[in-house]
Amino acid sequence: MTTVNDNSSEYITNSSSSSSAGLKSLITVIILICVCISGFISRLFSIIRFESVIHEFDPWFNYRSTVYMTDNGFYNFLNWFDDLAWYPLGRIVGGTVFPGLMVTSGAIHWFFHMINIPIHIREICVFLAPIFSGLTALATYLLTKELWSKRAGLFAAAFIAIAPGYSSRSVAGSYDNEAIAIFALIFTYYLWIRSIKTGSIFWSSCTALSYFYMVSAWGGYVFIINLIPVHVGFLLLLGRYSLRLYVSYSIFYILGLILSMQIPFVGFQPVRTSEHMIAAGIFILLQAYTFFDYLYNKLRYVRNIETIFFNLSVIISIIVFAIVVLLTYTGYIAPWSGRFYSLWDTSYAAKHIPIIISVSEHQPTTWTSFFFDLHLLICLYPVGAWFCVKDLNDERVFILLYAVFASYFAGVMIRLMLTLTPCVCILAAIALSKTLDYYADAESSEMVSNFDDSVSICDETENDENNQDLDNNAENIDETDDDDQNFLTSNIKIIVVTCIAMMLLLFIVHCTWITATAYSSPSIVLVSYNSDGTRAIVDDYREAYYWLRQNTPEKARIMSWWDYGYQIAGMSNRTVLVDNNTWNNSHIALVGKAMASNETEAYKIMTMLDVDYILVIFGGVIGFSGDDINKFLWMVRIAEGEHPKDIKEKNYFNENKEYRVDKSGSPILFNCLMYKLCYYRFGELYTDSAQPSGFDRTRSVEIGHKNFDLEHVEEAYTSANWIVRIYRVKKLSNRFQAKDALEKSTSSLSEESFEKNHRKGVILNKPHVKKGTKKSIHRT
Amino acid sequence: MTQVGQVVGILRKLNEEYQSSTPKKLKLIDAYLVYVLLTGIVQFAYCLLVGTFPFNSFLSGFISTVGCFVLAASLRIQLNKANQITFNVSPERAFADFVFAHIILHLVVVNFIG
Repeated sequence: MTTVNDNSSEYITNSSSSSSAGLKSLITVIILICVCISGFISRLFSIIRFESVIHEFDPWFNYRSTVYMTDNGFYNFLNWFDDLAWYPLGRIVGGTVFPGLMVTSGAIHWFFHMINIPIHIREICVFLAPIFSGLTALATYLLTKELWSKRAGLFAAAFIAIAPGYSSRSVAGSYDNEAIAIFALIFTYYLWIRSIKTGSIFWSSCTALSYFYMVSAWGGYVFIINLIPVHVGFLLLLGRYSLRLYVSYSIFYILGLILSMQIPFVGFQPVRTSEHMIAAGIFILLQAYTFFDYLYNKLRYVRNIETIFFNLSVIISIIVFAIVVLLTYTGYIAPWSGRFYSLWDTSYAAKHIPIIISVSEHQPTTWTSFFFDLHLLICLYPVGAWFCVKDLNDERVFILLYAVFASYFAGVMIRLMLTLTPCVCILAAIALSKTLDYYADAESSEMVSNFDDSVSICDETENDENNQDLDNNAENIDETDDDDQNFLTSNIKIIVVTCIAMMLLLFIVHCTWITATAYSSPSIVLVSYNSDGTRAIVDDYREAYYWLRQNTPEKARIMSWWDYGYQIAGMSNRTVLVDNNTWNNSHIALVGKAMASNETEAYKIMTMLDVDYILVIFGGVIGFSGDDINKFLWMVRIAEGEHPKDIKEKNYFNENKEYRVDKSGSPILFNCLMYKLCYYRFGELYTDSAQPSGFDRTRSVEIGHKNFDLEHVEEAYTSANWIVRIYRVKKLSNRFQAKDALEKSTSSLSEESFEKNHRKGVILNKPHVKKGTKKSIHRT
Repeated sequence: MTQVGQVVGILRKLNEEYQSSTPKKLKLIDAYLVYVLLTGIVQFAYCLLVGTFPFNSFLSGFISTVGCFVLAASLRIQLNKANQITFNVSPERAFADFVFAHIILHLVVVNFIG
């Protein structure tokens, strides 16, 4: 091993090498434990500031489903028909949800109750994401260890534990699918790389099982089932075919296929939709390729055998592709669904499916959010990719493909920054690790340096480049690396290592600050700061939802915009019309039309839908900008998509084509239900002593239409800061009074013509027959 | 005609070489592979003729044949002494993995068959 090779030093090297190996693994374990703990703690800001509560919107549905599952059992959950949502349609929960999240929490809950630790299900749900972030860090360590080395693995684990791109979706309280899905994603990729490297049937089956967990957890499993076949295809193109590839991909595909169809929501999609066809095509291609490879090995003596087989492979792949295209055209295979097609053609959703583009998470990503979410890593990321390109092998082709596709998708939709973050962490860790390999080397005499290198070689399972180092060391035992050591003196090394350490410290500070300020607000509890710096908690949402729970009949139906559906169903336990699942665009459009029409038209829709209460969110009193008036244009657009004759978006703009609620606003806007419900009695309120009454603090204008009355609804409840306003829909009165009849039939006119037509002695609605004139349609 | 004759000649030679050079274990697995392939073809033909009504049953049966085929092919590849370098796995380990994967496959198939 070393030049000086007598017995005593050999004894020393042996025991030191084993204790040095022990020391290395001890340090590795300690570092990984610290990484898991830091990932857990950095996600607890909102728990410390507020309380242990489920955040946002979507997690409330997941929480409600989990509670239902723990109360009623797993099979009742799979067969659950939820009649509290989407009145009057209901929702088949078992068939429209990814059950992995609920099953995971339910299993943890069951385990703890079995060993007599009675934790409430809410605590488990709230803390599930931080715990799984620790597991994600471990999975990233394993994956990077397979790709590069253990040192890079430790860096990658540390990066992903605190990177804001991932912690934004996995803070404590954010009980959403991504909490466990990212762990399943990285773990599946780790098992895939492992099975490619070993070619063992066992690892491929484990990959399929982990893929099954991913399918049960998140709709993003489509990413896995497309990236792995593309990886296989690229390996075939690059001439890196091997029998290990055949074994691992075939077993993964076939077991994964049948496992993924066990989830009711996925059903038969893996054999019927275009998103899964790449995997099937590559599977068939690989079978043919292996068969030809086997024949080729037997038939080497035949002339031109290579060209024959190459042509046959090309012909077979063309035939398979043609069959898939034919099946898609004839309708056996569904084309790419709107959600995934809009990733490719980004203008598609804007034209055809406005509800996809109205979700704030689906907006395109800005340049600044890349730096915001990833700081230092986004700069090191291309460097790591370049290092992988330089030393290419089968696994690194995979991570490069992951990088290319994830970068594209992250640029299209801000929500998909989440899938980019693990890739960035891994490649940045590779870049940093390779840099520090040069600069952080312990530098001393020749014998000790050779001893260190040989120790590091025997106990680490690294890849080819280190085998090369072993050969070099064996040869260069007598040579001193004079050139390198003279160039990289210890001064330069210390300076570079110090700079890198400072940058990493800045990275930690940035990540923690971003997680604390930007991503830790529960959205259900708002906070504002008084002029003297004390906190004022704005708890209007929960106050109003509990009012609903305690003061409305059990079967009451609440109409609100779809954002709040899950929260209302979760906290008030009342039936809602539309919720965040947004599976029925026409129903949502109907609600939007009701909100955007005048009171009488809206009343017709509401009686048709059996609505008892209406809930709107209004932020004008405290300056909250996420309220329904700001979202109103989306309601109009979605309604216009389904009812283009009744609702036109341009009617809600003023003469300058602006959307304003002050005096210049359009009269149709002033008469619509949403405006009236938000600003009812607001004209009497002084929000700011320097401004006139009815000053909307969010839009910073005085509202244009004040002091009006509501005729078909009455106010039921307004929360303390006027954020949530609940109205009761009045039932039809027993007798029509004459005045009511007059008001109802002329409700679509504005106020001046109302007075004009209601002089005494006028017959109302007398039809005016104009002979010979054609009605002209004004196009503005 | 000569090309057909060529192809027939190649096939005959291939057959002779196959019979002589492959060990008995691998021939056994090859026979099993042919059997599974025939079963799969029969199932698919039945589906084309009669229709796909209990689609999950058809899929379950068909994927079961394809899965058995793939697993047996992988076992054959791993048992072949010529591939010892690529795989580095003992025959016993290969067979144990084969059994493990089969357990998973059949559990899922029985669950899916409806």
